[in-house]
Amino acid sequence: MKNEPSMTWPAGDLSRVPFAAYHDPAVYEDEQARIFRGPTWNYLALEAELPNPGDFITTTVGDTPVLVGRDEKGVIRAFINRCMHRGMLLKRERCGNAKNHTCIYHQWSYELDGRLIGVPFPRGQNGHGGLPADFDRKSVRLHQLTVENYKGVLFGTFSESAEPLVSYLGPEVTYELDRLFAKKVKVLGYQRQRIFGNWKLYNDNVRDPNHGGLLHMFHATFGLYRLSQKGGAKLDARGRHNITWNSLGTDNQAQTEKGYEGTTKVLKQSFKLADMSMLRYEREFPDDVSLVILSVFPNVVFQQIANSLCTRQIRCKGVDEMELYWTYFGYEDDSAAMTEHRQKQANLVGPGGLISMEDGEAVELVHNTVRREKDAHARVEIGGKGPIKTSESLVSEVPIRGFYSYYCELMGFAAGQVAAE
Amino acid sequence: MIEPAKRAAINDLMADYCHFIDDNRLEDWLGFFVEDCVYKILSRENVDSNLPLELMLCSNKNMLRDRVLSLRQANIYNIHTDKHVLGVVRILGEENGLYRVQANYTVYQTNQDGVSMLFSVGTYRDKIRFEGAEPRFVEKIVVADTFGIPRMLSTPL
Repeated sequence: MKNEPSMTWPAGDLSRVPFAAYHDPAVYEDEQARIFRGPTWNYLALEAELPNPGDFITTTVGDTPVLVGRDEKGVIRAFINRCMHRGMLLKRERCGNAKNHTCIYHQWSYELDGRLIGVPFPRGQNGHGGLPADFDRKSVRLHQLTVENYKGVLFGTFSESAEPLVSYLGPEVTYELDRLFAKKVKVLGYQRQRIFGNWKLYNDNVRDPNHGGLLHMFHATFGLYRLSQKGGAKLDARGRHNITWNSLGTDNQAQTEKGYEGTTKVLKQSFKLADMSMLRYEREFPDDVSLVILSVFPNVVFQQIANSLCTRQIRCKGVDEMELYWTYFGYEDDSAAMTEHRQKQANLVGPGGLISMEDGEAVELVHNTVRREKDAHARVEIGGKGPIKTSESLVSEVPIRGFYSYYCELMGFAAGQVAAE
Repeated sequence: MIEPAKRAAINDLMADYCHFIDDNRLEDWLGFFVEDCVYKILSRENVDSNLPLELMLCSNKNMLRDRVLSLRQANIYNIHTDKHVLGVVRILGEENGLYRVQANYTVYQTNQDGVSMLFSVGTYRDKIRFEGAEPRFVEKIVVADTFGIPRMLSTPL
């Protein structure tokens, strides 16, 4: 029933993104196989969430339910969260501690390392029923993902052909993770946001430093992030990951006013807060960088906005919907006052974020607007066309092109076969 | 035994709190709080796991004022109207003039096409003090069962 896709990637430099890619159910199905179950590394959890043997959390990779746990030997393992018997969800809770993983449906029981240890009534009753004689218990184990731990951040892959995690991330990304995870972290809590749009639209959003200083007026007005500041969009060698960064207090009034000329809604001099304490940045890194939005292909964003630190995991809920799962953290050696400050600063982001609430709206409205635009394309030219490379300015959306260059490679889409209009 | 007049005043405050949000009278709504108030929206998931993170935190009335100002001037959010449905108000006790009050709520959001959806269901766990004859919130703690926030959390719950 699959029709020939009308979708085209006319520009070799990925400066045109077909809107059909956000809506075609066949594309979504392919993405689950080629991207989330393909040779990528997906964010799973923080090691701090699994301190003890038996600790587990449940999550998803794309839309596949995944169980991540620490076994008796302390090894962190990840499995598809599915009983190998008849496909029941093995663990229902968000998190917990277990001696083994027992399915509630028919009580098949698995060791924490995934081996099947028990099936009730294996020989049936009174010589009848039970498992067949040739049933080999040892041949049954949970479907395992390969897990790598980088500085306390857990990544998993379904693929045996994925490159090693460190080379997948590349030195630009590991530099940022080294910086953010230099100390042991402590989880402060979670926020969840349902966004009614395709998962790629959120990836586009976080790879678009340009919108940060335009859509998010709170940012611009209080100087947390302005397009006139020192900052940029740094890419890894492959262009698939992005680091948007900036430094507070590196622009002046004249630059700011000139840049924002004509955008009366964005930078409002009259808008003042009664309590400015939320905006205070207590410098805690060896550099002057006060904002980092690190997007790692395909499912995670690491955030430093002043002292607000978190991971944002993208969980697919079908072609039209996603969950954004925010895990906020501080450091184990934070003072009580610092923890309080981080909680206060959490007001800036998340579903109720003074800065970020707009993103949910933008993603949904783009998603709905382009539903019928099967032959039309998004125009991605800010920051320049041509080679996909690091930008020394925040007025850029080049990282979106980087995302799609790797996306097309994995999906087998030929870009640039048709000339761009 | 709580005096009937005080009980009635607390009930009125709980109801007015909801109606002022629904009527978009947020500047007047601020009047229901004392200056050193605490306003929190908590995710039930974090409460159950003893994790401190809020969905929204205003640790004094100025932060609440800033929230309202930001909604008016800065934020862009889904165009909607809110409708609160408040459950029966329980006054759990009083200590040193501070009343512990609990009630369940539901909030429906209606979009520009006139389509309504359940936006949030949860419980208020409040502390109320009388300033003269007027009860005021010292603490308004919203524990949201709906911690998977649909779209975004713009107007207060």
